[in-house]
Amino acid sequence: MGFENFGTVSFTAEAKVADFITQLEAGKVMATRCRKCGGSYFPPKADCPKCLSSDVEWFEVKSQGKLASYTVVNYGPSGFENDAPYILALAKFDEGIQILARLSRDIEEKDITIGMNLTVSPVKLPEGRIAYEFIKG
Amino acid sequence: MEDVAVIGAGQSVFSRSCGESIRELCFEAYKEALEGLDITGNDIDASVVCSAPEYDKQRSPSGLISEYLELTPKPTFYVETVCSSSSTGLRVAWSLIKAGLHKTVAVIGFQKMSELSSRDAAERMGRGGDIIWESPFGITMPAGYAMYARAHMARYGTTEEHLAKVRVKNSHYGVDNPKANYRKELSLEAILNSEMITSPLKKFDCCANADGSSCVILARGDVAKSISKTPIWVAGLGAATDTMTMAGRESLTGLRCAQEAARQAYKMAGVKPQDIDVAEVHDCFTVSELLAYEDLGFAKPGEGVGLIENKETYADGKIPVNVDGGLLSKGHPIGATGGSQIRTIVRQLRGEATEAQVKDAEIGLVHNIGGVGQYGNVTILRR
Ligand SMILES: CC(C)(COP(=O)(O)OP(=O)(O)OC[C@H]1O[C@@H](n2cnc3c(N)ncnc32)[C@H](O)[C@@H]1OP(=O)(O)O)[C@@H](O)C(=O)NCCC(=O)NCCS
Repeated sequence: MGFENFGTVSFTAEAKVADFITQLEAGKVMATRCRKCGGSYFPPKADCPKCLSSDVEWFEVKSQGKLASYTVVNYGPSGFENDAPYILALAKFDEGIQILARLSRDIEEKDITIGMNLTVSPVKLPEGRIAYEFIKG
Repeated sequence: MEDVAVIGAGQSVFSRSCGESIRELCFEAYKEALEGLDITGNDIDASVVCSAPEYDKQRSPSGLISEYLELTPKPTFYVETVCSSSSTGLRVAWSLIKAGLHKTVAVIGFQKMSELSSRDAAERMGRGGDIIWESPFGITMPAGYAMYARAHMARYGTTEEHLAKVRVKNSHYGVDNPKANYRKELSLEAILNSEMITSPLKKFDCCANADGSSCVILARGDVAKSISKTPIWVAGLGAATDTMTMAGRESLTGLRCAQEAARQAYKMAGVKPQDIDVAEVHDCFTVSELLAYEDLGFAKPGEGVGLIENKETYADGKIPVNVDGGLLSKGHPIGATGGSQIRTIVRQLRGEATEAQVKDAEIGLVHNIGGVGQYGNVTILRR
């Protein structure tokens, strides 16, 4: 399986990193690391442009992240109208990566502060779709 | 001295819906750019056509526009960096002239956005991000800039009122620009009370989608002098790229692509931020103009709000910015915008602006950004 069921609307399916989805289904959000130079990537890369190696390994993003910024989207683009309002957020993780995702609907807007602790976790969406989101803690 | 000059610059009226085809739209800008010049299409050696695809159905528009303007058999091609396409086109045209391939090149930018609903346009712009990793979450251009706004607020204490004051200024100058779509002053209250689009950005913090075209004609120095009494010299060019993803951004309190492009342009022109007499910056959203103040060095990081609070970016202030109303008043027909900004600065440096004219402006700057801080372009012009 590739990215065809990823997010609210997906725009392409095939990628060498499609294993990401298999692991997401199994409950893990993964990033890649180059075995040669140690460079870590999110979004995951199947190839390392620094040393031109394609010998990369998966690792799980387990650390507690910090909220870098967010926005409550009231105006959803076509395909996303029915999701709005939703909260887009960017969080920074100890593994040296950042991730863009939505904040869990369990987090209320009044409780959001820049710098708050978050972890990233898979989330099942309607109609067999899947994504990851940020949860508290 | 600089040896490539702008000899003509024109634009169509920017409107919510032009009611004509893209070729006819481009003709309007082309005609204004040639006004007063003793040349015809035969004297134009090449054209660079700039827009973002998928708003109208025409594929490969450069050939179509070239035919309509009778620029065949001269070479033409398409250049794209979304909202900064025509600044990139100008950079390419400059290089073609510098390389000695051509003497005179037309840069034609256009966008007809009215064929799509605003929600469909927002979806296209969302795909101006990373379509595997970020677009599926429902990111949009305003949402990306809203995250910059939120981060700037958290770090520096910037407020929604500071943002709104940018629109107050730009709506004030839009009134006198006959090419602008919105020509009504907006009060601080009206802006603060407009509908929330993507917090903290409200409807009036956003530029509107529009139809429009622009045309800038560049020529080699000797040719420019023989054709134009008032050539405007390209003194500095800068361009840089940041990551497509938001995940790759090192900072959310400024646009790295703009900072780097500015550094290059200042260096090439041999000038400093305080030497700029008038600037056009990419105010696709109110926050974008505040970020530009800082990224261009008009203010230190975090101190941009002081410029708008003290009205230093009004026409009689220390550094007048967007005194043609900016994208916020004109509307933002993606591929046409950079050329429209160039046109404003050319008119300012020639002392021909019919909107607010900055007194004795000698050096002007254009800051044109593609996407959510993906493509940074800074151009410095001199009379
Ligand atoms: C903000 C936005 C969502 C508003 O949506 P919209 O569907 O176009 O606007 P509406 O239909 O709600 O507007 C109705 C009226 O509101 C007013 N209005 C809308 N946007 C306005 C604006 N930016 N300024 C002033 N008035 C505006 C106008 O009176 C408009 O009527 P009109 O169509 O006759 O001009 C839309 O303009 C938008 O997406 N802007 C951002 C575009 C963008 O991202 N560009 C790339 C930037 S990098």
